[in-house]
Amino acid sequence: MRPFTKHTGLAAPLDLANVDTDMIIPKQFLKSIKRTGFGKNLFDELRYEDEGQPDQECDGRPLRNDFVLNQDRYKGASVLLARQNFGCGSSREHAPWALDDYGFRSIIAPSFADIFYNNCFKNGLLPIVLQAEEVDQLFAEVALRQGAQITIDLENQTVTSPSGATFEFTVDNFRKHCLLNGLDDIGLTLQQDAAIQRYEEKRMKDAPWLFLPRGQ
Amino acid sequence: MSGKTLYDKLWDSHLVQQRDDGSALIYIDLQLLHEVTSPQAFEGLRLAGRKPWRVSSSLATPDHNVPTTKKERISGVDGIEDPVSKIQVITLDDNCNEFGITEFNMKDIRQGIVHVVGPEQGATLPGMTVVCGDSHTSTHGAFGALAHGIGTSEVEHVLATQCLVQKKSRNMLVRVDGELSPWVSAKDVVLAIIGAIGTAGGTGYAIEFGGTGIQSLSMEGRMTVCNMAIEAGARVGLIAVDDTTIEYVKGRPYAPKGEHWDMAVEAWKDLVSDKDAQFDEVVVLKAEDIKPQVTWGTSPEMVIAIDEPIPRPEDQKDPVKKEGYARAWKYMGLEGKTMLSDVTLDRVFIGSCTNSRIEDLRIAAQVVKGRKVASSLKQAIVVPGSGLVKAQAEKEGLHEIFEAAGLEWREPGCSMCLAMNADKLGAGEHCASTSNRNFEGRQGFGGRTHLVSPAMAAAAAIAGHFVDVNEFVKH
Repeated sequence: MRPFTKHTGLAAPLDLANVDTDMIIPKQFLKSIKRTGFGKNLFDELRYEDEGQPDQECDGRPLRNDFVLNQDRYKGASVLLARQNFGCGSSREHAPWALDDYGFRSIIAPSFADIFYNNCFKNGLLPIVLQAEEVDQLFAEVALRQGAQITIDLENQTVTSPSGATFEFTVDNFRKHCLLNGLDDIGLTLQQDAAIQRYEEKRMKDAPWLFLPRGQ
Repeated sequence: MSGKTLYDKLWDSHLVQQRDDGSALIYIDLQLLHEVTSPQAFEGLRLAGRKPWRVSSSLATPDHNVPTTKKERISGVDGIEDPVSKIQVITLDDNCNEFGITEFNMKDIRQGIVHVVGPEQGATLPGMTVVCGDSHTSTHGAFGALAHGIGTSEVEHVLATQCLVQKKSRNMLVRVDGELSPWVSAKDVVLAIIGAIGTAGGTGYAIEFGGTGIQSLSMEGRMTVCNMAIEAGARVGLIAVDDTTIEYVKGRPYAPKGEHWDMAVEAWKDLVSDKDAQFDEVVVLKAEDIKPQVTWGTSPEMVIAIDEPIPRPEDQKDPVKKEGYARAWKYMGLEGKTMLSDVTLDRVFIGSCTNSRIEDLRIAAQVVKGRKVASSLKQAIVVPGSGLVKAQAEKEGLHEIFEAAGLEWREPGCSMCLAMNADKLGAGEHCASTSNRNFEGRQGFGGRTHLVSPAMAAAAAIAGHFVDVNEFVKH
């Protein structure tokens, strides 16, 4: 996994609450058996006028001009400003895959849905929860000036606004550690194989029916 | 010290390792797999040269992509017309073969929606931890199992390690006290709960559903309630084990037998919250107050009772809510309408992991029996949750009732709930749907979904618009 340490980038404001995973990446694109290539279909229904199809070339598709990511001033954005309950809905990891593939490194919102929040960390994408007023301020500052950049420092757990205001955020130590070092979760867990085996041995005594061949 | 909640007990019994930073390693008893969220996980295993930790803990079946017409189903996976869907289903077959995982493939009568199949087989048992790359895994909480959806990276993690790195959620109790009115179902209960606490109301919590209004439900009804815990923001929904639970599990193909059954039942009796357990949050609803529910907007929390007027954006005080309502009004094409009975329906969908079990089909059949689908409707389909549900329904003659009324009787799968197969809404079409999400585009590009119970969907199919099923059946 790509590590996340410090990032400064152009921020795009998506001023919409309850952005669900069907909006982030519509279902027809979930038919892929790969992890990559979802960026061109990120927010497909908000972004394009027509109905997108898997494997379709997106360059010539009619764009919805009112959508934030279609505006020239937000081209190349890598920080997404969002509203409450971002990522609600399904467990599809295609949602963070699409955000990552598009070029986002971090999403800042007053709240996230649990599964989406968790999935982000597995993909080097940092979801940041800030107070609603702090998010409001970031929206205001980003609207004010073209090219406004936000700096995120994971080590120190701070977000610095375009005007230089600094906000602190919290993040689980374990997730932070994995993200800072780009660590593979599975490898770390497998280092605990003895503990897992010990658990299984005890559990087999307490609840043997869970370990029998099914139906016996 | 206060007692433990059901969630606390399940957590404690699966704790492999508690870490100083608050995270924990939790053991997983059952992983359900389907074609959409597993291919990248299997690919990850291959790339890292890893093997599944315990293959017998996995069970797979294709559901999201599978076609539901007889024509496409007759020749199994070869019959899938959409080439991209076909690759995904074949990939699941191949991966299960390669790694030795039990799969109910498209030709197996046991194939169906994972959340119908697991309980039906007795693969889902009380006291288990159950995961699947699907947010509606909360369904299995109806059995007093700790069950939740995970992303594909975690699917791979569970395959490789049999564990998940988790942080414990907080405890919420949602109690439904009293007795439900006639024709008010589990679906109405859970929609009313979501309406009360909102789609983010349960974020960060494991919700236990309790009270007489929940205890009186069948296992099918309880699964419907837990299924939609995620629509209230909670990954986990739970219901305590009682005689109803144990009766349902008894004799299922994968349920324990003989002395192991007796031992298991003894252990399962403890799968209730202690009387003195402390919840971080308690919400109480009166069963008598719950009427048949219909969603009007593009979020499950945008829900009202059938006899209520559609809430208007201009009446909302909160600016974010006002804007959300305005957007939903526009998307749903509600201008000029006052009540949901004013909406002319184009399609009706009875199915999904929320409402495709035998009880759901029986109720829908009871409503449409001897009646005809409104001529204004373009389509009404009934999609059973599994091959076995389909067989049972046919044994009871339900398919004949549906077909005589003008509803199409289909093959099992997720179907129009998320429209990954050919079953979908056209732009602007209104659908009465027994599924779980009414998000923009969920059932098809530009499609307009109204979530309802099977009884309400059936009554709407006959009337061509929403009606109070309780009134409807009197005529």
